[in-house]
Amino acid sequence: MTSEALIEVRSLDIEFTTPDGLVRAGTGLDLDIHAGEFVGIVGESGSGKSQLLLALLGLNAKNGRLRGSIRYRGTELVGAGKNELGRIRGDRISMIFQDPMTALNPHLRIGRQLTEGLQRHRKTTAAAARARAVEMLRAVHLTEPERRLDQYPHELSGGMRQRVMIAMALICEPELILADEPTTALDVTVQAQILELLQELRQRFGTAVVMVTHDLGVVAQIADRVAVMYGGRIVERGDVDDIFYRSRHPYTEGLRRAIPRLGEDRAARLATIPGNPPNLAQLPRGCPFAPRCAYHMPRCDAEMPTLETVAGTHRKACFYDGPLADAPEVLA
Amino acid sequence: MSNALLSVRDLRVQFDLGRDGWFGARRVLHAVGGVSFELARGETLGIVGESGCGKSSLARAILRLTPASGGQISFQGEDLLRLDAEAMRQRRRALQPIFQDPLASLNPRMTVGEIIGEPLRAFFSSTMPRDERRQRVLAMMQRVGLLPNQINRYAHEFSGGQAQRIGIARALVLEPELVVCDEPVSALDVSIKSQIINLLQDLQEEMGLSLLFVAHDLAAVRHISHRVMVLYLGRVMELADRDALYRAPQHPYTRALIAAIPDPDPRRARAHPAKPLGGEPPSPVTPPSGCVFRTRCPHARARCTEEVPALRSVGGSQVACHFAEELTAD
Repeated sequence: MTSEALIEVRSLDIEFTTPDGLVRAGTGLDLDIHAGEFVGIVGESGSGKSQLLLALLGLNAKNGRLRGSIRYRGTELVGAGKNELGRIRGDRISMIFQDPMTALNPHLRIGRQLTEGLQRHRKTTAAAARARAVEMLRAVHLTEPERRLDQYPHELSGGMRQRVMIAMALICEPELILADEPTTALDVTVQAQILELLQELRQRFGTAVVMVTHDLGVVAQIADRVAVMYGGRIVERGDVDDIFYRSRHPYTEGLRRAIPRLGEDRAARLATIPGNPPNLAQLPRGCPFAPRCAYHMPRCDAEMPTLETVAGTHRKACFYDGPLADAPEVLA
Repeated sequence: MSNALLSVRDLRVQFDLGRDGWFGARRVLHAVGGVSFELARGETLGIVGESGCGKSSLARAILRLTPASGGQISFQGEDLLRLDAEAMRQRRRALQPIFQDPLASLNPRMTVGEIIGEPLRAFFSSTMPRDERRQRVLAMMQRVGLLPNQINRYAHEFSGGQAQRIGIARALVLEPELVVCDEPVSALDVSIKSQIINLLQDLQEEMGLSLLFVAHDLAAVRHISHRVMVLYLGRVMELADRDALYRAPQHPYTRALIAAIPDPDPRRARAHPAKPLGGEPPSPVTPPSGCVFRTRCPHARARCTEEVPALRSVGGSQVACHFAEELTAD
């Protein structure tokens, strides 16, 4: 990992005005993304993880508002105009979505969709773009790449479509790829193919990847650093080993224990986190996890803990300072 | 086994896709291609496989929500496929479904109390006083972890996990014998998923339920099941006790499935990353000859093309592979 930050997110708030009131999808977010690294953003539905990803490219819905700062190589992206964002999107930073079937245009042939970014950003000739598209499809190990260019998305399987999305994201050789649950819609054997591919491409092209996922197994395998989100906040972040072996936040710990493991006994109950995730339109004043937390203190309801250093780059936002591992398993 | 609650014999589900052009051949999708198994009282059988393996079609055929095109479904000693509509309706008291997407499977215009009370109304409208119905609904709500004051709320006011509790309460309010769960936790978040799995396991033990638990998440299936059946392209590849299946998988496909799960422990995951299975699943309209898995199997030989492997006993498990003994010895 180099110390050169591609992206610096500082005190970022993401808010939406809705008929149900103000929805706070992100509050006080701080995150650095360095060249070539793989960052996993973990959280459950409604944690704000996807909105953070969309905010990096200014892609949040129209009723959304960003406050704070997102710098890409020193250029401020919050409040940047369409042209400025347009120059970066798809060229320097590109995106892979969860469902390749809805992200790809069903009316356009694969070749046309693949080369669109190239022609827009690089003014390449059609022939050169096509040659490059074939090369990219080969890089993502799609068989018969020339034939694929003339096919429509529905003619491909889910795994093949996701390979096309990845090829599309890579075609302009971006510095950073944002991936929103790229393997969630895929079968487990295909997911393993895509993870292997992302790992290989990252080594080959040196692209940094930020992947949003709810699957801790995926993160454990592929991420260098991890940020855990809950209720629109980053509640813990650090190296993958900090998060998995030295977690200091009760939510991270609860999430980790709740995963069913292959080696477990049937008699053993699964550890759970009682209660339900918060509504982003009605967040509590203090820590959003407090109502479900086994280490809850009166102070947690009154104020939100800030991200504090645990050690090195490991940060946690929690007032509780005692050990988590010895705590009784929380059962519901 | 004659004391089985459910005994499925050579069950087939086909979908007619129409002709390939005006004069083309009729195209038939073989979703379930001859599946047999038994389920004992109080037992949980997990059914796993990837998308398109026929697991949901199998579940729906057993519930008679999708017509079967052949075979038998013997439930409490009666073949469900031979019952007329009214006789089948009566059996549904003992045979209930839980679906994947709780919000989509609950009527948005009914209150929680109405949804959970609906099966009681359908079966006991004349014999059960309204008051008793309400009492039963409240007792069931409490049992699945819903609060009494939520009885007049609508399903959309609940989160996914809470909505699935409503779906479970509705399925169990008639005290059925068999519950067919089709991906009941797949749409839920990690922290909620484990709540619902624990709840299903508790209710099963208390009420002596038999469960068919269909899912693609092997770890969840392993956790809740006594035995697990692995499907691929509509056929049973392996049927084994949960521990045997995960500790000593006999079929190459079962092994590939297990090897593909990412380990949620970074050190182990770095040492043994999830192993992809090469190739693409074949079309269920034109399945491969012989063993349906042969096109992706690393051990396929000539015999696999020629002969369909029968499901047979190997080391205590049921396996459909010609070379199971040889491969396990490696």
